[in-house]
Amino acid sequence: MDFDLTEDQKLIQQTVREFVQKEVAPYAAYYDEREEFPEEIFRKLALINFFGIIFPEEWGGVGADYVTYALAMEELAAADGSVALSALAHISLCSNHIYLAGNEEQKRKYLVPLIQGELLGAWGLTEPNSGSDAKSLRTTAVLDGSEWVLNGSKMFTTQGTVCDVVVVMAITDKTKGHHGISAFLVERGTPGFSSVKLRNKLGMRGSDTAELIFENCRIPKENLLGQEGQGFIDSLRVLEGGRIGISALAVGIGRAALEESIKYSKQRVQFGRPIADFQAIQWMLADSEVELEAARMLTLRAAYLKDRGLPIKKEASMAKLYSSRACVHAVDRAVQIHGGYGYMGEYPVSRYYRDAKLCEIGEGTSEIHRMVIAHQLLKE
Amino acid sequence: MNIIVCIKQVPDTTTKVRVGKDGKHIDPGGVKFIVNTYDDFAVEEAIRLKERFGGEVTVISMGPERVKEALRMCLAMGADKAIQLWDPAFEDSDPYTTALILSKAIQQLPYDIIFCGKQAIDRDTMSVPVYLAELLGLPQATLVVKLEVDPNARKFIAYRDIEGAKEVIEGLLPAVISTQWKLNEPRYPTLPNIMKAKKKELKELNAAALGLDSAQVGEKGSRVKVLSMELPPPRSKGKILKGDPREVCRELVRLLREEAKVI
Repeated sequence: MDFDLTEDQKLIQQTVREFVQKEVAPYAAYYDEREEFPEEIFRKLALINFFGIIFPEEWGGVGADYVTYALAMEELAAADGSVALSALAHISLCSNHIYLAGNEEQKRKYLVPLIQGELLGAWGLTEPNSGSDAKSLRTTAVLDGSEWVLNGSKMFTTQGTVCDVVVVMAITDKTKGHHGISAFLVERGTPGFSSVKLRNKLGMRGSDTAELIFENCRIPKENLLGQEGQGFIDSLRVLEGGRIGISALAVGIGRAALEESIKYSKQRVQFGRPIADFQAIQWMLADSEVELEAARMLTLRAAYLKDRGLPIKKEASMAKLYSSRACVHAVDRAVQIHGGYGYMGEYPVSRYYRDAKLCEIGEGTSEIHRMVIAHQLLKE
Repeated sequence: MNIIVCIKQVPDTTTKVRVGKDGKHIDPGGVKFIVNTYDDFAVEEAIRLKERFGGEVTVISMGPERVKEALRMCLAMGADKAIQLWDPAFEDSDPYTTALILSKAIQQLPYDIIFCGKQAIDRDTMSVPVYLAELLGLPQATLVVKLEVDPNARKFIAYRDIEGAKEVIEGLLPAVISTQWKLNEPRYPTLPNIMKAKKKELKELNAAALGLDSAQVGEKGSRVKVLSMELPPPRSKGKILKGDPREVCRELVRLLREEAKVI
């Protein structure tokens, strides 16, 4: 067994850490407060080719593995959870769906500029009345001559109002259930496609969340992404990789919360000594450290298995379930350690606290992941 | 242009440094190492010259196995080749012997200009670039904040900040330039370049390959020996004077004169 990272993995981790601590972290509070999407930060991430980590060089990517991706995502999330979430939707969902299912022409037209950060991507599966139960999808696509006509709406789509292109899942054959769903590429500005920014989220306020509306939205026939009827099946593969991303994201937010807790507990003096001297505080720090390290292990192991082409259905769900819980625990303790100051928003821990909850809901709720894990156990 | 950059791997500024058991070295346990901050400017300037005039950037560092990581970082920034100089005999080299070792490696290469960071942030001696220029018999400009190079005329113009003024030096190439922080803004290595760095050449040279014998290098060859190393004494608690302002003032002056002995 080898727990050591390779030289490439270490160098990328170190580079991303230095980069995001200097170029991303200082602005997190600003965008959070304004509920504004940080376009400039995205442009900066493109400079080091952050969006290309998991894609091969032939498409302009970095050609690194999922372990590297998880390490980089942890670093980004430790700097700004919202930016990490946006990057995740852009890379793991939108770009990766095109990479996995797209044809040469679609990859050239969309994947290459997405990787370079020239286009911003979104991905829409969830609908107002269809969350974990993807079978209840209502958005439809009907072929009319040389065009597909989309009707319906999508909910909680990350990057919904700021994206240049969105991958949309829609029903093409009602009678076939999962095998009647197809994926489509819709560009911003297409007549019949509009989006509404959803405000006042609990956290992740620097990320853009929107409702997408399709009203007789006509797109060219060639914008079908992947095989007709394969959209949902492809989505499952896309989501599997995405779970490694969100799991690493949870570890990153939790780690930032723990680091702030350590710093604060050494500075804050009560009863004549730093509160870090008190066992009550020490136990909280120790618990967070253990849980986050365990979460990191589960995440990296799922990534390691994926890099070897092994099945990760159970492992990715375990990582996502556990990491998001560890994150929520860590941010809770962090606010507790900061006391009144933690509640007031003067320190970043209150933002971590609000951001963390997303991890237990987005990309499959914790309950859904328990179902996935149990299903794998019982079928064996 | 053939451009050479000498770099040093140093403990990260955020690392808590401890003195090792022998009382002469830093305890390397748990220390995170980075490329010396001032060397980043040297690497950046070298890459910019290459991008402008073409040529090749070779990064050189003396140090044990771990310096390979620092060299890879420079390759990831855009340097073309790297050379690690190491031999157990190099242990405990002072700035003079370090410059001697570097000079032997450089003499084996074609070069038009040599960059060094103005100082390493661990020992802060500021002397390796100066020794190096002397040993190679080259002109030098230290603490350079702006540099103009004309490869055809084989000339350089270097700007240095001096107290209240700017000093401008013109010299002939090849030369040794030591870089100060205002010179440029070092780039971040891009992630694809990090991956590509692995495929670039990283050569190792030992004392024999450099034509050095062990009496010339390391502690034996050094003019400066480290006798002991200790941390600065912990800051003692401040004193707060209370009471009538006149009295407090008088007491403060007395303490400054008699206890602190600063006035």
